[in-house]
Amino acid sequence: MILSNTEEVPGQTIQAFFGVVSGSTVRAKHVGRDLMASLKNLFGGELKGYTELLHEAREEALERMVKQAESLGANAVVNIRFSTSSVAQGAAELFAYGTAVKVGR
Amino acid sequence: MDPALINVFVAGVLLLVAFAVGAWIERRHYASIRQREEELRRLPAVSIGALPVPNGWDHDVSGLVSGHVVVSVDHFKRFVAGLRQLFGGRIQAYESLMDRGRREAVLRVKEEAARRGYHAIVNLRLESSRLASARRDGKGTAGVEVLAFGTGIKLRRRAAS
Repeated sequence: MILSNTEEVPGQTIQAFFGVVSGSTVRAKHVGRDLMASLKNLFGGELKGYTELLHEAREEALERMVKQAESLGANAVVNIRFSTSSVAQGAAELFAYGTAVKVGR
Repeated sequence: MDPALINVFVAGVLLLVAFAVGAWIERRHYASIRQREEELRRLPAVSIGALPVPNGWDHDVSGLVSGHVVVSVDHFKRFVAGLRQLFGGRIQAYESLMDRGRREAVLRVKEEAARRGYHAIVNLRLESSRLASARRDGKGTAGVEVLAFGTGIKLRRRAAS
């Protein structure tokens, strides 16, 4: 599966469109991580626990999007966008969406 | 001793410690950012959708690359920023926070592109969002997430025909 946030896959042409595909996941932080982060908050700098958490969540959202594209028979997703919204206190939704297409040279 | 006085003393010490350690962490981070930026200069990242392909070269593979980081300011800077909010104006503490976050995120997206053998990144986008703390009262900011993503492109020499 070719993923791209450009309108088309560089060097290839789009042969068919399958519409918008998306994937999302809602994650909450766990207490241990939050405790560590609030300690780190005293001194500033990178909050590694949160970086990892968001990384995992974004990967999962992407994976779900890819699965949906695969089930449609696409071999690429173009024009991918991400969005993050905080659903409730301490929980965030990570959302990835794009256009499923079939490309070839 | 008066308990109120002790409280003020403890708060002062906490601010001082946060200032010293926070400034040290920031200096170290900037040193690392500058060094890695120098190392990755050869890998261009642009926000336009496509780069002209040099004569005799073709697009090979391409793929989505991303890098992100969650950063926060130290206790001292948060305190100073709080004072600043009384009078308004420029809050330098948060400007340097966003600068650190963005540069780190761009570095990470470039590092991923380099790892995967791409020659350049096109259509680079930057997004940031505030992470709220999990405290019930909703006070305090846990951090700011900066996300950088784009499409890595790889070129190959056109077969002679």
